[in-house]
Amino acid sequence: MVTTAATSRRRSHRLPYLLVLPAVLLFLLFVLAPGVYALVLSFQARKVTGGLLGSTSKVVYAGLDNYRSVLGDSALWTSTLRMVAVGAIVIPVTVGLALLFALLLDTPRARLVRFSRLSIFLPYAVPGVIATLLWGFMYLPATSPIGGHYVDFFGSTQVFFSVANICVWGGVGFNMVVIFTALRALPPEIYEAARIDGASETQIALRIKVPMVLPAVAMCTLFTVLAALQLFNEPNTLKPLSNAISSDWVPLMKIYTDAFVNADIYHAAATSIVFAAGVLIVSFAAARMVQSRADLAGKGE
Amino acid sequence: MMTAVTAAGSIGRTGASRSGRRRRVALLPTVALVVGALYCIVPTLWILIASTKSPAELFSTETYLPSFSGGLAGNVRDLSSYGGGVYWHWMLNSFLYATIGGLAASTVSACAGYAIAKYAFRGRKLLFNAILAGVLLPQIVLAIPQYLLLSKVGLNDSYASIILPQLFNPYGIYLCRIYAAASVPDSVLEAGRMDGASEFRLFRSVGLRLMGPGLVTVFLLQFIVIWNNFLLPFVMVTSDDKFPLTVGLYSMLRHGADEAALYSLVITGTLLSVIPVIALFLSLQRYWRIDLVTGALK
Repeated sequence: MVTTAATSRRRSHRLPYLLVLPAVLLFLLFVLAPGVYALVLSFQARKVTGGLLGSTSKVVYAGLDNYRSVLGDSALWTSTLRMVAVGAIVIPVTVGLALLFALLLDTPRARLVRFSRLSIFLPYAVPGVIATLLWGFMYLPATSPIGGHYVDFFGSTQVFFSVANICVWGGVGFNMVVIFTALRALPPEIYEAARIDGASETQIALRIKVPMVLPAVAMCTLFTVLAALQLFNEPNTLKPLSNAISSDWVPLMKIYTDAFVNADIYHAAATSIVFAAGVLIVSFAAARMVQSRADLAGKGE
Repeated sequence: MMTAVTAAGSIGRTGASRSGRRRRVALLPTVALVVGALYCIVPTLWILIASTKSPAELFSTETYLPSFSGGLAGNVRDLSSYGGGVYWHWMLNSFLYATIGGLAASTVSACAGYAIAKYAFRGRKLLFNAILAGVLLPQIVLAIPQYLLLSKVGLNDSYASIILPQLFNPYGIYLCRIYAAASVPDSVLEAGRMDGASEFRLFRSVGLRLMGPGLVTVFLLQFIVIWNNFLLPFVMVTSDDKFPLTVGLYSMLRHGADEAALYSLVITGTLLSVIPVIALFLSLQRYWRIDLVTGALK
């Protein structure tokens, strides 16, 4: 008896470590190691030494030089501004439409609900690159079915909306289903009193349903903010179709261009570190907001 | 348990709305929903029409009208012979990456999530905080240093270079921890221990089984993430027989800038890439529990 208890306790001490081992190894190899490596690279530079014929290059310690040039790089700031501009359209429109469609799906006596829910959700399974190809050919004047001859979808202002539209198209459905699921989880009795008092469906939606699903809406906002910060696929795929998009249109495109086109991995590494730090700050702030929303809703119940 | 509660909730719900006023259709909400549905479907419909046109017709005929001159068959034929049939290779690659990566990542997540939820062990808090930070850190800023490190060990341009970096899925671990905490009762584990079941056996036959519906969701989420991924394979692989669909079609589009005939092939390839995922989704609808995505369990 004593021995079995002892072995089971020993096993129970070993199993959790074995279970987390794969995750920890993967984390060390594919998150921590690349992160540290990027940090190391960001403090280095390649210096060319020697004359015309015998020139060689070697990697030297560069101190904060890369960071100085990154922070002083106006192209990076411009690309960040473009990302913010697209995000400023995508985040409210995606979350707003997701909430609207979820409420509509939840409206009594609405028809074609199943068809609409599926249709709006399906773009989620379409990769950003493919979605951009679909829309890209719809924007392209030569093939456009939506008036590309009359409206320049790649104009200097329009292009922001064209990119944002693709992100909204891909993002609404997933968030709609998240909010719709939260709506369905509410007990139907809570509307009864309001209906008896003669409240309209619109009033019920705005005054009862919306406040009750705010935590889900906050969660969707966080998802959308995270996606907006990683904007890359849509503008990068539109680039071959239009001159309006430069090779450093958003920060991630700039990092890619620095690393692989200009072959300056040291500068790209420093940009990555600065960008990752910025993303972490913004997403921590967003996550904190979501958390406090959820806490508020929890207390309200 | 969870299923029972949700099912009861939804039955009560339909019952209530049915017993309510069922006389008229709510016109405005229905119209608004259909407009939303059309917005989401139209690009796919249009690509279906465009793919019926031969390269010559694509830029010359009325955009809304499909062509019946056999353009679609010709396009599919040309696409299939493009680069020696490399398009179908891309599709197979996408399925392999997403299926293998999705299965392996959800296994890793299930193990780690269960351990964090059900055991007190040293380093547990540190691990969980690292995972939370991982949820917020965009994986793609790591893509370039990952490429540089993997090319040092000669793994760049390989299948492994696309699958391995996507196996650590912090969001999946986070969800699995919540599922394990909510759906695997300690009392059941204790009872199993009393009966002399080993900890591993408890994990395998109690923990994994009870976490089942959540695990399907974690798998599908990761499947979609890998299926949709572009930057990682774009950075990692250079030989076109290892491309997934996203990178393959993008490379075709880039060549298309010089060779307009390729646009028809890109359009047809885009259409063919959308069909299998839609089919997969429609068939898996029953198992797809979006309510589990936020980790909110009732």
